[in-house]
Amino acid sequence: MSAYRTLLAKDLRIELRTLRSLPAMVLFAVTTFVIFRFGLDRTELEGDLGAGVLVATLLFAAILAINRLFVAERDEGGFELIRLAPVDRNILFASKATALVIYLVALELVAVPIFALFFLDTAEGLPPLAAVLLLADIGLAATGTLISTIATMSSARDLLAPLILLPLLVPLVIATSGAAQHLLDAGGPDFDRFGTWIAVLGLYDSVFVLVGYATFDYLLED
Amino acid sequence: MQTKAEQTAAVERPGSDPAPGRAAEGPAIELEGLRRDFGERPGLPELSLRLERGQSLAVLGPNGSGKTTLLRVLAGLLRPSAGKATVLGCSLPRETWRLRGRVGYLGHQPLLYRDLSGRENLRLAAALNGLADASAEDRIGNLLAAMGMDRRADERTAELSAGMRQRLDICRAVLHEPELLLLDEPEAHLDAEARALAERLIGPGEGRTRVLVSHDRERALAGADLVLELR
Repeated sequence: MSAYRTLLAKDLRIELRTLRSLPAMVLFAVTTFVIFRFGLDRTELEGDLGAGVLVATLLFAAILAINRLFVAERDEGGFELIRLAPVDRNILFASKATALVIYLVALELVAVPIFALFFLDTAEGLPPLAAVLLLADIGLAATGTLISTIATMSSARDLLAPLILLPLLVPLVIATSGAAQHLLDAGGPDFDRFGTWIAVLGLYDSVFVLVGYATFDYLLED
Repeated sequence: MQTKAEQTAAVERPGSDPAPGRAAEGPAIELEGLRRDFGERPGLPELSLRLERGQSLAVLGPNGSGKTTLLRVLAGLLRPSAGKATVLGCSLPRETWRLRGRVGYLGHQPLLYRDLSGRENLRLAAALNGLADASAEDRIGNLLAAMGMDRRADERTAELSAGMRQRLDICRAVLHEPELLLLDEPEAHLDAEARALAERLIGPGEGRTRVLVSHDRERALAGADLVLELR
């Protein structure tokens, strides 16, 4: 646990010091909402359309962080440090996925209120939406960490991460949009099929956390 | 101690008896027909050697002869393509997990995060190697002082010169008091003063078991019990 906490603290300290990922993610999301609001002159994005725009924007913002997730490990010997140390290598997977969840939550704390301000006429759906997004963040972080590791080992890393990641994230995007669409309905949230979509998100998270945990050690091998 | 290699020459140097009491623990390194290829290209020619605990092996050879590859295989970072390798009683690659934390590896590139300070990097290495917080702080302080880095230890590593980063990486490599030191050009970027300081931590004294890769023949041979010439 001590090594896990140290690795997580290291990632958060470096991000706070360099601000390489979070500001870019926030800027991307906010710019996208500004384009929809003023560029396309949309004053309302509700229901399935609103959910689609919100989820897709957060997803592409997340890819900015996923692409950078293991850059320091690759360029500054972090992978070798882990491989030489007497620790379970999965702590690197766990710490990176946790860091990614924290980045995504921080992004959503800024982006979702701006989205609500621009496009929603009621904020009633936001509390249950937060639970949906947290579940989506866990799945996105598990899958993103796994694919980022594979991409980092490849010479085509910038292309590979989105190329492999996006198809794997399709079920997550569908479930998140499905759960969120009735929460963003005009006139207030409706919980039609909400439980089903939450169950799908929970299943997706469980599968990819387990797959990541089971395979990460092998990905770090020579 | 005997070595043989198809494309290499290894020579035992006079007065190279293992440290007293160490021979009973088995050799530090035993290689039999070890080879490493990168695809079709040979990375390390077939070689066999035996290094007792407490002894120092100097590895010499031109660029591309496989010196760094040998160190990375011995550290468990690369798998051998053929042959047997036993390091500190661990058969590689099967028992690499048993070797972790027992080797001090100093590579070409410092294993330091550039956006952390030297002290933060050493704390990270201490936590990964299971050193308790209190004892780790003492040891980190002592090592930084020993390498003349105590005044610059809280600066970001990216802001330090290559020589200072090398000093910090030496501290990192010996922080967990490894049984075997694998040193790849440890004196690269170091000035004369730093070389003298480093000698106390990674030099051949006190029965340290070392594998030292160097292009500086004279310095590599000083204190070496065995010399391996890769061609």
